[in-house]
Amino acid sequence: MFTKLKSLLYNNEVRAILFQILAVVVIAYFAYQAFDNMMLNIEQRGIRSGFGFLNDEAGFAVNDNFFLEYSPASTNLQAFYVGIVNTLIVAITGIFFASVLGLIVGISRLSSNYLIRKMATVYIEVFRNIPILLQILFWYSMALSAFPSPKNSISFFDSIFLNSRGLYLPRPVEGVEIYLVLASFIIGVVSYIFIKRRSNKKHDDTGIETNTTPYFAGLVLLLPIAVYFASGAQLEYPVLKGFNFRGGVDLSIEFFALAFALSIYTATYIAEAIRSGIESVDNGQKEAAAAMGLTQTQSLRLVVLPQALRVAIPPIINQYLNLTKNSSLAAAVGYTELVTIFSGTVLNVVGQAIEIIILTMLVYLAISLVISLILNIFNKKMQIKGK
Amino acid sequence: MATYSLKETKQPPKSQTKAVLWLKDNLFSSVTNASLTFIALYIIYLLLPPILNWTIFDANFDLTADNDSCGREGACWSFINANFKMFIYGFYPQEELWRVNTMFGIIAALVALGSLLKGSQYRAHFIIGSFLIYPVVAFVLLYGGLGLEIVETDKWGGLTLTVVVAAVGIIASFPLGILFALGRQSEMRVVKFISVVYIEFVRGVPLITILFMASVVLPLFFSAGMDFDKLLRALIGITLFQTAYIAEVIRGGLQAIPKGQYEAADAAGLSFMQKTMLVILPQALKISIPNIVGSFIALFKDTTLLLIIGLFDMLAIVGAATSNSNWLGRDTEGYVFVAMVIWVILYSMSRYSKRLEVRFSTEHK
Repeated sequence: MFTKLKSLLYNNEVRAILFQILAVVVIAYFAYQAFDNMMLNIEQRGIRSGFGFLNDEAGFAVNDNFFLEYSPASTNLQAFYVGIVNTLIVAITGIFFASVLGLIVGISRLSSNYLIRKMATVYIEVFRNIPILLQILFWYSMALSAFPSPKNSISFFDSIFLNSRGLYLPRPVEGVEIYLVLASFIIGVVSYIFIKRRSNKKHDDTGIETNTTPYFAGLVLLLPIAVYFASGAQLEYPVLKGFNFRGGVDLSIEFFALAFALSIYTATYIAEAIRSGIESVDNGQKEAAAAMGLTQTQSLRLVVLPQALRVAIPPIINQYLNLTKNSSLAAAVGYTELVTIFSGTVLNVVGQAIEIIILTMLVYLAISLVISLILNIFNKKMQIKGK
Repeated sequence: MATYSLKETKQPPKSQTKAVLWLKDNLFSSVTNASLTFIALYIIYLLLPPILNWTIFDANFDLTADNDSCGREGACWSFINANFKMFIYGFYPQEELWRVNTMFGIIAALVALGSLLKGSQYRAHFIIGSFLIYPVVAFVLLYGGLGLEIVETDKWGGLTLTVVVAAVGIIASFPLGILFALGRQSEMRVVKFISVVYIEFVRGVPLITILFMASVVLPLFFSAGMDFDKLLRALIGITLFQTAYIAEVIRGGLQAIPKGQYEAADAAGLSFMQKTMLVILPQALKISIPNIVGSFIALFKDTTLLLIIGLFDMLAIVGAATSNSNWLGRDTEGYVFVAMVIWVILYSMSRYSKRLEVRFSTEHK
């Protein structure tokens, strides 16, 4: 009996089960203790619990608000949505500029031009090794002191203004016309994609190449512009009234500094990803392209980059995720995104730390889940196409 | 008989001498290349003069100048000089500064001793011993006790705080990270599930939300009597965060170990502990070292976030120093100085990790 028990105790599977039960019990005990203490603490401090606060009046104004209806009379839930939208807007802006800059710098690092190569290296080494928060604060203080006051704004064509308060862009006046322009743009893009696919197929089948650039110019650029003028859509221009500009789209200087710093910082990582992607392409590929008489640009565009991107895109997508997470540092300069609005202002007013921080975390978790889903889809697609 | 004399050797044409050839090859090999060179020169022309003017030519290097006599055209480096102690030690009491210096001095001595012991059989003992004993010594030196006057943690700051937080973060998260990495690789479903959820959760959210969690929510989890030090809360947050990243790095190392090693250990009749401690981990950790250094670099950068929860790391000192009415408006000098200090530290660490990568690389040998 005893030996049987002993042998059972030394059985790996039994041990595994015992160990797991132990782990669950320990965690459950600590969770219970924590929960118990928390309830007690909450009661003692007179903090409410639950998510009822979401329907309370927010009572604070928000600097940057792009599409959503929001006023201090709105609820905390609406403030939450504004925060999410603002996080996404600064993330998307940052991702766009970081990608463009990263691509340029990444290719420059491998340029045959000594000066370009060195400049790219210096840029990467400098900005990669300075914490992002320091960069955000630095550009913010630079923008505050270097940009002129609203009265002396830098103006571009009298319709775009830049000053120490922010960047002011014209905004289309809402109406049927603007939807017409939007619709024509979408139609243009869709039909261009259709034409491009047909020309690619023709190229695959017959080897005859058609130049699709005029279609691109006509459908994607000229068509919406033509519809814009034909429909008589109006733009609302920012106008200097009193101390600042009114009307149009207004991007606060905090947004500007944050997006700028995020782009500059993340671009260094994207550049490195692109460089290592390009270096991963076998030299024979470049030589074969050269032997076939492709120019350097053609070889880069048609042979090297498509293969390099396959290696480079997973780390780049990871950087997109990092950029999105880093956008939470807006709290340091006060750009009103999710963390600033919700874990900052709302938390100060309501005091329900647990609910608020969990909601904030869930949003970021959802974003990272979506991004890793995209990454997985990309990897799967690449695997099938590959070897 | 005809005589032939050697012709005198000609100088190479001007276009083929070293400097000109280099220029031709590297800067002006084609029209595109030449225009790129001019674009680059133009960018340098745009950026460099203002930077140099501000930092050097228009700057005031008089280290005794005060804010008004400094002038506003260029940098006022006396600001750094006047606040230097604050940048390094935070608000640590003047007469106790030797304790911080001793702490840094011991690190330097340990590193020097460690490199002297290179090749010695006692090196591993020495390193492990230092890692175990030094934190205690450092804590007593910084915080006090054993006859030293107690210096509360809200006085800590500057580079000292940055180093303390980064060091505690890496040392505390290391064993935890190993546990979670092993947990994630484990065949026990529950353990694996817990590890995966923890790692993915932490990696999915920004550090700042975890710091908020640690500074606002964590105290609620403990009974009311326990009063939590602000720095301790931040350290817990940083450690929880870093654990997930270290776990992923070590998992990478674990996955790189060939299956044969596990099977050989099993075949040799080693128990799970023996297998893990003697066969798997030594190899996995060795492969992961460059990435662990990389993760440490990221942690070092992340310590700047402490300013958001109200601790005075080096970056926060800029704000503290310029809010002093004697030094209003000198933020830029402060940021540039902090950036330079952190840059030097991070750059040398990243160089070091590159070197380690080459040293530990098992490819193409």
